[in-house]
Amino acid sequence: LKICCLVKEVPDAAVTKRIDPNTKRLDRSGEKNLNPFDTHGIEAAMQIREGGNADVDEIVAVTMGPESAVRALHKAVALGADRSLHLTDTALEGSDVCATGYALAKALETEQPDLVLLGQQSDDGECYTIGAVVADHLKMPSLTQVIKIDVEDGRLICERQAEYGYDTVEVELPAVISVGDAINEPRYPSLKAIMGAKKKPLDTKAIGDLGIEASQVGEQGSKTQVLEINPPPQKEAGEIIEDEDTNETVEKVVAWLEERKLL
Amino acid sequence: MAGILVYALHDDEGNFNKNSLGAISEAAKLAGELGSEAAAVVVGDVSDDAAASLGSYGAKRVFRAKSAPEGLAQPIVDVMAKVIGDEGFDYALFGGGLLGFEIGAGLTARLNAGVTMEVTAVKAADGKLVAERPVLQDSAVVDVGYVDQPGIIIGRLNAFDAQESGDGSADVVDVDAELSEWSTKAKMRQRGEQRGEDVNIEDADILVGGGRGLGEAGNFKLAEELAESLGGAVAATRAVVDAGWYPYAAQIGQTGKTVAPKLYLAAGISGAIQHKVGMQNSENILAINKDPNAPIFEFADLGIVGDLHKILPKLTEAVKARRG
Repeated sequence: LKICCLVKEVPDAAVTKRIDPNTKRLDRSGEKNLNPFDTHGIEAAMQIREGGNADVDEIVAVTMGPESAVRALHKAVALGADRSLHLTDTALEGSDVCATGYALAKALETEQPDLVLLGQQSDDGECYTIGAVVADHLKMPSLTQVIKIDVEDGRLICERQAEYGYDTVEVELPAVISVGDAINEPRYPSLKAIMGAKKKPLDTKAIGDLGIEASQVGEQGSKTQVLEINPPPQKEAGEIIEDEDTNETVEKVVAWLEERKLL
Repeated sequence: MAGILVYALHDDEGNFNKNSLGAISEAAKLAGELGSEAAAVVVGDVSDDAAASLGSYGAKRVFRAKSAPEGLAQPIVDVMAKVIGDEGFDYALFGGGLLGFEIGAGLTARLNAGVTMEVTAVKAADGKLVAERPVLQDSAVVDVGYVDQPGIIIGRLNAFDAQESGDGSADVVDVDAELSEWSTKAKMRQRGEQRGEDVNIEDADILVGGGRGLGEAGNFKLAEELAESLGGAVAATRAVVDAGWYPYAAQIGQTGKTVAPKLYLAAGISGAIQHKVGMQNSENILAINKDPNAPIFEFADLGIVGDLHKILPKLTEAVKARRG
């Protein structure tokens, strides 16, 4: 079995994110990190490898992003991937979901994976959709927000919560599965794994190497356009109390509840 | 005359999803402004009457694919792609929920179409639709337009209200869509399993919501005791329901319930968008969380930064004393 884990470099959680009013894109300056949701995808791959129900030959981390995204790949390798593939090209800048899904699918085609795993969302884009876009391009079955994967006779038994409760779905391979964060608790990489990550093979590809048409990606290939950026509707800021003396805090809460006739 | 195509999700008893009905109402309103028509797609075993009843929300036609199974996205992508192609629909619109995201994403790839998601409002301007979408944890709102048609719009949960339009029955059109080979490779083994006991949170005036910050399943007792003292019920986040700490029936948000009680007391809940969409219309929101940067403090009326394990028991006592 060959598993590809899609990963993304995102602004670190501690960075205040903003949209650049000139480019109308996310301002990607500042500290960056591996998308935390994707670490669950890598962990899911590791658990399939260690689970004994499938022979996992290789786990490959795949990303699309600027040069700096190499660090996200190093983290993915430190967490368990054997090698990585970096799709990077200035022509890809400004790609929307449609264009990004196409480019990632092209990158995955060269790897011919049996299973593609990814996090249910990126911390910055919050789109929830890339897995299903990639799956349709690759002509593979797909499920998103999966919280349990079992390998059974070469197929996956997946569980996830949908509109009416929990669904159990049988999925043939090859497949694309996006995982929810409840699926596992990602391990911490060992110091040795962190140190060794930079020595693992890393392929860098431009769009020409993968047969990606320039007209299909970047701003040119995008099918949506950000027209305006506005502040959110203003909500009156609530009162915040730091709990120092709990008895006093509780008194304030009770007074607040009484004032609103909630007791 | 082209128009807007909506997917109407239904449960195993044939009841349509409230967010799907909302999407039909929204599509009908927008189609009116664009001078086109709203239509819906249903799959599986839907009776003539049930399909035609979508007309009362504003669907002029309902395309029914009986041979496609309900509940998994890819067969529905096949059906919708065919209907959009054959009939020339300009937009596909989805109410909030999991399947809408998956079908919308599949259509994006299949039709090489633009997609917007978590959309809270849609405007018609110059004969086109523009989607309004909050981004970056709702810290900004962007207006997104489509370069060409078709365009895919995936709504946020509860963004669109279901409204009976007073229109009559819709025309039901049976479609025979061939399923893609890969669409048949995922099969439902069990749909809509209810995990945990059946609890009623939708009728409660006061809800104490418990999240991961409670630390462990056993600590839900703290939330239950507080709820009891207040005369309310206990709700939960998806994270703790997925972890098996609390029943699915108590879950609020994206794939759970939507509530608007007089008081929502969030205990150890960070306030991720998926939860927020299910409870943000509560009259009063009180949040207790140890992380001062938790998003819930952005929309709570009263926020307590502190250790809920210390605060909840004392609050329960104080409420009991006050209420006698």
